[in-house]
Amino acid sequence: MEAGMVTPAPALVRFSGIQKTYDGEHLVVKNLDLEIRKGEFITLLGPSGSGKTTTLMMLAGFEVPTHGEIYLADRPIKNMPSHKRDIGMVFQNYALFPHLTIAENIAFPLSVRKINKAEAQERVRAALRMIKMETLAHRRPGQLSGGQQQRVALARALVFNPQLVLMDEPLGALDKRLREQMQLEIKQLHETMGITVVYVTHDQSEALTMSDRIAVFNDGIVQQVDMPDALYEHPVNSFVAHFIGENNVLAGTVETVEKEYCRVALAGGGAVTARAVNVSGAGASTSLSVRPERISIIMDGTSSDGPNRLPAKVQNTIYLGDHALAVLDVAGNGEFIVKLQPDAHHSLRHGESVFITFRPEDCLALDPV
Amino acid sequence: MTAASLTGADAQTEMPLKRRLKRAERARHIKALALVLPLLLFLLFTFAGPIAGMLWRSVDDREVRQVLPQTVAVLANWDGKDLPDEKAYAALASDILAARASGTIAIAAKRLNYALNGFRTILTSTARNLKAVPESGTAKETLGKINPAWRERTTWTTIKDASGPMTGFYLLAALDLTRNADGAIVAASPDQAIYRNVFARTFTISLSVTALCLILGFPVAYLLATLPPGRSNLLMIFVLLPFWTSLLVRTCAWIVLLQSNGVVNDSLHWLGIIDEPLRLIYNRFGVCVAMTHVLLPFMILPLYSSMKAISPAYMRAAASLGAPPGTAFLRIYLPQTLPGIGAGSLLVFILALGYYITPALVGGAADQMISYFIALYTTETANWGLASALGAVLLLVTLLLALVYGKLVHGQQVTGGMKN
Repeated sequence: MEAGMVTPAPALVRFSGIQKTYDGEHLVVKNLDLEIRKGEFITLLGPSGSGKTTTLMMLAGFEVPTHGEIYLADRPIKNMPSHKRDIGMVFQNYALFPHLTIAENIAFPLSVRKINKAEAQERVRAALRMIKMETLAHRRPGQLSGGQQQRVALARALVFNPQLVLMDEPLGALDKRLREQMQLEIKQLHETMGITVVYVTHDQSEALTMSDRIAVFNDGIVQQVDMPDALYEHPVNSFVAHFIGENNVLAGTVETVEKEYCRVALAGGGAVTARAVNVSGAGASTSLSVRPERISIIMDGTSSDGPNRLPAKVQNTIYLGDHALAVLDVAGNGEFIVKLQPDAHHSLRHGESVFITFRPEDCLALDPV
Repeated sequence: MTAASLTGADAQTEMPLKRRLKRAERARHIKALALVLPLLLFLLFTFAGPIAGMLWRSVDDREVRQVLPQTVAVLANWDGKDLPDEKAYAALASDILAARASGTIAIAAKRLNYALNGFRTILTSTARNLKAVPESGTAKETLGKINPAWRERTTWTTIKDASGPMTGFYLLAALDLTRNADGAIVAASPDQAIYRNVFARTFTISLSVTALCLILGFPVAYLLATLPPGRSNLLMIFVLLPFWTSLLVRTCAWIVLLQSNGVVNDSLHWLGIIDEPLRLIYNRFGVCVAMTHVLLPFMILPLYSSMKAISPAYMRAAASLGAPPGTAFLRIYLPQTLPGIGAGSLLVFILALGYYITPALVGGAADQMISYFIALYTTETANWGLASALGAVLLLVTLLLALVYGKLVHGQQVTGGMKN
């Protein structure tokens, strides 16, 4: 992706110093500053209770920020009622009106805008064509499957050409296969229509699949906003490293820092060289992050053969079809996972002592967990 | 190959499978039946039986037949165009003598008096003055002398009409209709034609009460459905409170509140709003207020349950799609509460149709509903036939309404778009 190299599009939405509390005691969203660019697909990703849905609800106008201001196309919208914001929304449980047919559901945003009948009809037809459901126009939502209902909800949120479309875990209720198919369909719609999408999910693989950028939420704070590959390769802290993708954690203490790299003494014995991403300096405790696919297993050798070479004991191997995993005990971490080529797990025996190694640039020294 | 052999096996085992299924299901059916049997029997004896009895009484007409059997037999061949012949008079004379001996004259007199005012006097005076069976050929003359009414054709058509065993007399009377001497159905005389008016009044009061309940109950139900659980439970207790108080007590409380020297009038007078006490009770106003109060929970509860099922996401969706709150309410919320509105209105309306004690206590003479007259005929005048006929008409109208409602709700079936 070269999106990072071109000049970023102007901001369509800007959250400025947003705080939100429900009980007046603790903040669900703490000081949020976030820009959403025109035409991008941005995902708010985080565990439940991290503030991502509250942020979306404030943008939609269903919740009012306790502090701060939200700008939509440079206009403050904090006190604008949601029906005037011109923002389409797709809800977790679709929220299709049960007493209206599919066609009437899709026509609803057009009819409240008093768009003339002929044009509305044409646009509803086009929307139905877009979701390939022309033949089901006169069914009621209750007669459709979950995936079909989701498509209708999507068409309804897009049919009035809103300047922004919000999606609140829209695929949460679907099974895995359908979810993956819908991810691609939504992504395709975004690309062909050039709309701006704000998508909320707690599923990191969904976020990686669909997004131009991802904002990782935790504890009411945006931890990092970046492109999917940057998030994976260059997490700024342990939370992001752990939340995006598989991750091995080793606790240790920084011995020396030298430019971008540092030497870390592991709590479980041994020492490694790591990239100093988020450490305060020598003597600080740190938590190392290594991706399972960046680790090699060496069957014979000694710990002095290379800079990042650690003794390990094979706990278990797991065969997963396209690849295999080895679960090792490394420096006191009994769930250290190494990704293997398929069939490579045959050569590992339970309880066997081996060595693992990884490049210093693949090992990140981050804040202690 | 495998598929073919599989379908073959299916075809072979189809019958036994069906039979097995039936047998397996039978045990469940029997168990289910056993569970509802006590209630079924109870309802049969206390509900279905009495209603069938009531319907039967509204067309049953055997009093005259039992008391004047020979007369009825002779009149069966009478064309009703002229006075009947000597045979009928002779049969009547002998019937009256027999009835006087067994003391049953009053039974027939009461029934015939319903159809023709004054018939009681005709029959009792004849019974009193008829000494013995008139000699052959003189019966007509003898009876005519005792009471000239026996020379009137209507006297005889009245007996013929009342000769049973079944009659439409009571049902016609309940609708302010009657048969004239020629057997044609005509409007009843104005002094007897009161029931259409009473039915109209019953429906008007019931409709007003239903409308009042809907207007007052809808916002309360909405509040109940949208408040957080703690506060909505408290509110629900207030809604249900009237259920825990006797109907009579509640009605009497309204008398205390609304009478001339009652709380409301005194307060208004004290505030200087009125000089003369307002007439708030023993009129239509009092009836509607008291009945609305009693029936309000029956409106609120169905409304509440239908509103509780409407996810707040619908209103949010409507807002996000550009609908202002009013439009969203009218086009999205209200249509989804229609089943609740229908159920509540039907419940309140039907309950109101049968109201007796409340109008009797807080209503004036012009506010008595049909139940009052049914009670009057069963307890005071013992005119079971008319009481049953009025009940039957009320039952029929109610059933029709329920049927219409069922059709409407079925057509409007809302299945709900929310999957979980």
